[in-house]
Amino acid sequence: MLGKLSWAAIPFNEPIPLIVSIIMVLSVVGLLAFVALKGWVPYLWREWITSVDHKRVGVMYCLLALVMLLRGFSDAIMMRSQQALAYNAPGYLPPDHYNQVFSAHGTIMIFFVAMPFVVGLMNFVVPLQLGVRDVAFPTLNSVSFWMTASGMLLINLSLFIGNFARTGWLPYPPLSELAFSPDVGVDYYLWSLQISGIGTLLSGVNLVTTILKVRAPGMSYMRMPVFCWTSLASNLLIVAAFPILTATLAMLILDRYLGFHFFTNDLGGNPMMFVNLIWAWGHPEVYILILPAFGVFSEVISTFSSKPLFGYRSMVAATMAICVLSFMVWLHHFFTMGAGADVNAVFGVATMIIAVPTGVKIFNWLFTMYGGRVRFSVPMLWSLAFMVTFVIGGMTGVLMAVPPADFVLHNSLFLVAHFHNVIIGGVLFGAFAGYTYWFPKAFGFTLDERLGKAAFWCWLIGFYVAFMPLYVLGLMGMTRRMQHYDVAQWHPWLIVAAFGAAIIALGIGFQIAQLAWSIRTRDRRRDLTGDPWDGRSLEWATSSPPPIFNFAVLPDVHGEEAYWHIKERALGDQAMPDEPSYGEIEIPRNTPTGIITAFFATICGFALIWHIWWMVLLGFAGAFATFVLFAWRDNAEFVIGAAEVGRIDRERRAARAIRLPTREQIA
Amino acid sequence: MSAATTAAVHSGSDPYKIGHSDEQASQSTGHGEGGPASKRVVVGFGFWIFLLSDIVMFAAFFAAYAVLASATAGGPGPRQLFDLRNVQIETACLLLSSFSCGLATIAAERRHRVTTQVWLIVTGLLGACFLGLELREFSTMIGEGAGPQRSGFLSAFFALVGCHGVHVTAGLLWLGTMMAQLWFKGFKPHVLRRLLCFSLFWHALDIIWVALFTVVYILGVRP
Amino acid sequence: MMTMFSHSRVRLVGPAVLALATSGCAPAILDPVGPVGAAEKTILLNSVGVMLCVVVPVIIATAVIGWWFRASNRRATYNPGFVYSGKLEVLVWAIPLLVILFLGGIAWIGAHDLDPAKPLKSPAKPLEVDVVSLDWKWLFIYPETGVASVNRLVLPVGRPVHFRLTSSSVMNAFFVPRLGSMIYTMNGMETQLNLQADRQGRFLGQSSQFSGDGFAGMRFETDVVSASEFAAWAARTKASGSVLDRATYTTLAKPAGNVAPHTYGAVAPTLFDDILMRAVDGPSVMPTHRDAPIPASTEKR
Repeated sequence: MLGKLSWAAIPFNEPIPLIVSIIMVLSVVGLLAFVALKGWVPYLWREWITSVDHKRVGVMYCLLALVMLLRGFSDAIMMRSQQALAYNAPGYLPPDHYNQVFSAHGTIMIFFVAMPFVVGLMNFVVPLQLGVRDVAFPTLNSVSFWMTASGMLLINLSLFIGNFARTGWLPYPPLSELAFSPDVGVDYYLWSLQISGIGTLLSGVNLVTTILKVRAPGMSYMRMPVFCWTSLASNLLIVAAFPILTATLAMLILDRYLGFHFFTNDLGGNPMMFVNLIWAWGHPEVYILILPAFGVFSEVISTFSSKPLFGYRSMVAATMAICVLSFMVWLHHFFTMGAGADVNAVFGVATMIIAVPTGVKIFNWLFTMYGGRVRFSVPMLWSLAFMVTFVIGGMTGVLMAVPPADFVLHNSLFLVAHFHNVIIGGVLFGAFAGYTYWFPKAFGFTLDERLGKAAFWCWLIGFYVAFMPLYVLGLMGMTRRMQHYDVAQWHPWLIVAAFGAAIIALGIGFQIAQLAWSIRTRDRRRDLTGDPWDGRSLEWATSSPPPIFNFAVLPDVHGEEAYWHIKERALGDQAMPDEPSYGEIEIPRNTPTGIITAFFATICGFALIWHIWWMVLLGFAGAFATFVLFAWRDNAEFVIGAAEVGRIDRERRAARAIRLPTREQIA
Repeated sequence: MSAATTAAVHSGSDPYKIGHSDEQASQSTGHGEGGPASKRVVVGFGFWIFLLSDIVMFAAFFAAYAVLASATAGGPGPRQLFDLRNVQIETACLLLSSFSCGLATIAAERRHRVTTQVWLIVTGLLGACFLGLELREFSTMIGEGAGPQRSGFLSAFFALVGCHGVHVTAGLLWLGTMMAQLWFKGFKPHVLRRLLCFSLFWHALDIIWVALFTVVYILGVRP
Repeated sequence: MMTMFSHSRVRLVGPAVLALATSGCAPAILDPVGPVGAAEKTILLNSVGVMLCVVVPVIIATAVIGWWFRASNRRATYNPGFVYSGKLEVLVWAIPLLVILFLGGIAWIGAHDLDPAKPLKSPAKPLEVDVVSLDWKWLFIYPETGVASVNRLVLPVGRPVHFRLTSSSVMNAFFVPRLGSMIYTMNGMETQLNLQADRQGRFLGQSSQFSGDGFAGMRFETDVVSASEFAAWAARTKASGSVLDRATYTTLAKPAGNVAPHTYGAVAPTLFDDILMRAVDGPSVMPTHRDAPIPASTEKR
């Protein structure tokens, strides 16, 4: 009746998971109760949960990422503390628990922190930068977000109902096959990622279509902001790579559920094929993450140097080169699997070639600052830290692209240090820069600078203290994923690394404080004009936050940096441009399709994990019915009349006109 | 906001009334110069991108099949199992269903409700025939002990061909929904856009089937 | 200045590593005891050296440019029109390209010279060792003398060793950091590795591919001894009497971690090939984490 599910699934006899589960359940229930008692549910339902507005969806993605950052980071604290304690000692996490912790850490950080963060930023910013009203498929956008949330819910359920995978964040067979992982852990992983993977893929289709087919008049390809180019490249990669993940996880599902032999040891299965397929997805995945971050840095460095981006065409070429090349290097993740000298050499060289366009970007950012007027506000600090940190991480990556070097460094803590170096130094710093930079656009007030700087310094120092020792440990021969060890030489470095994690924890604490404090004192830092940073691209032409339709009239674009030229003319003339003639605007209706589909997807996923077959059918039927019912509606849009549009836009123009300084006064 | 300033730059050009400047045609090419593309273009293009992603997924299954094609684990291989006559009939069903789908599209262009529905039913029936034949092939193989659990080769075969079959099934469900929408709503713009997407999907399945029977069946029974 | 601060933190580690490297308690990878590890160390240091020639100036430039062109510095020339320069473009593409060309050459040559399956240049005849990774222990079979050892690898100094490797179950990787290259072990597959130890001593060996709950216990000592000591050890082991036949192997293959090193005096002649062909029963299903803790052997290390 309930498949494999029983009371034994709840970790009554394991203190740490039990306590954590209780805390988590109480927090979630408490939060929901608080929201309900405050009477916020109708507002949340109307304005956020059923919203198909890209700005709202983008914010929700980022919120999901920040919440999951806390869970992924707690896993990190557990890992660092365990390894700091476990010299010639068992530590406090038994192997089966420790193995779940590091598997969950990687899975959560990649799929439920980094991905949603960059997708959220792209969702929020790209339509505004393109000068249009929304993405190509607003309802699909909402569905994509809620599918990601469904995956997130499933992976959080694994904490207190059942257990998570114990295979690492990529479940290599044969370890991940039923014979060696018979419990539900790998199934939680598989279904959580299949469901959120659908969301990601649909989001990719959405943004590619938006960038290629939905732009303001006059915005040809070479007039798009670089963030839109990097978003295009990233979403093309999503469209091309995520289906490989879907297929590969499906093959593992077929092995585990129906006894197929894709990757089993016996009857013709081929575990090496999994390794190849999963990394054919896995390598483009990391470029999916880093390209939008590169875009953020291009925007931030240009804005805060008061200078256009240097070498625009070069940046575009480099971006698209990285996009294509990222598909040709996957084997460097397993040089030591024994493919032979020729194959290893080819992939080694191909990997290095990717470093060329990346290097070009770094130089172009340097030249952007050169001759500029650099302001060291928080987003710029993140960018400068990125430039230093990422080149170190890139260097160690190119080092490991030399197969003989990889033969001694593969799967060591050197590797772990490398990828954290580029993911934290690149993706996370970029996400934090983007978060700070676009926060006022989303919410109408800037974040507190001082707390932001405190958070930044803690993160920067904490990162180096936590990860530089790992490079040393890798050179000392320490392998990753060790629950305990007995080499005295390693111990002091692991203690230092744990200390670094604590400093990062302080940084996260400052970030939470910054958000809370900034909300409390938001009236002091209101963004009244919509352009708090003296920006250069079209999102800064709107009010903060923008009205639901973004632009009352779609802007006519006549060159790169569309907004900058408009602004310069207005500042020079000391007058706003003439008022345009307003027309009515069609807005897509809100719909609960997203959350209802995700509800059924979660039921379906949970039932599949626990082998509750009748519930699977129910979930599936429910999702299908939702889709059909939604597709039946005739009235997909509502209209905002011209008078209302005009009223809103005149407010925006008035707010700007009052504060029309001269260019000299700003600079 | 900007057009008035651009009006000063390009005197006499469209002062924001339509949103295009004078050198760009009012008909949007979709390349952005004329503004956002029409809904039909956007929906069609987006669905194409989705189809490309679906083809990548099939490519992964094809790759797995190629790797495991010889992994018969001492069990039956393609030459023992494949019935090419059955494949021929299946192919005929599917190709004809694509043809009837095309006829349905033409009828939809002409806004003939009954003709469209008739050709859609024919498409559905032919698709159902295809599925029936495929299911029969599968159950025969399983009955002979050549099910997907027998070997890596058979796992890859069932997954690849089965994935295509699942897509056909989903297509039939979609087709039923479209027929119902057409019946109750007529040729509304969004119904037409969805018919466009459905026909793209159905033709794409055809193309994949061609690749599939070539790689799996025809190459499989080669001596 | 922020960048100089983090820059200095990075700079601290570099000399520290070098100091340790020259002091004798150097990191294992930088203190190899054989030709393979030595060649890999050379490649590693050369590659890092070449890249630092670009990376260090870039880091310094970031700090200097950021600091000089700060908004409050009115002495810096503000040049917002500086957005393109053909000459700089050529330079900016050329520098990474040249570095990569050079490193690519190292990668190509190195990948071929140090391919794990490539026999080492040596007048001595290679010692054959067959390796099986089990859950969670290592089995070393010496086919020439017909002895076997669990969790302890004994090698003669100065003689090349040719390893054939496989796994009884899941993927693992054989790695002795002081000797050099690692290689994966996979069920039903045979991988090859060639290493040589030119210095006597006891060196850490481990698995570097995560393989389950007992993974951390998959350690083995590598004892490099003189040729005569090696022969003596082999003779002693042969005389010890315990036999590694298929039944014993099946028992050994059952999931258990932290197995104390022990030896077998006789090995079934085709055992390794049988394991490779999956003609011997592999391990049974690993216990779920809730049913039982990792069954440890009764002997403690």
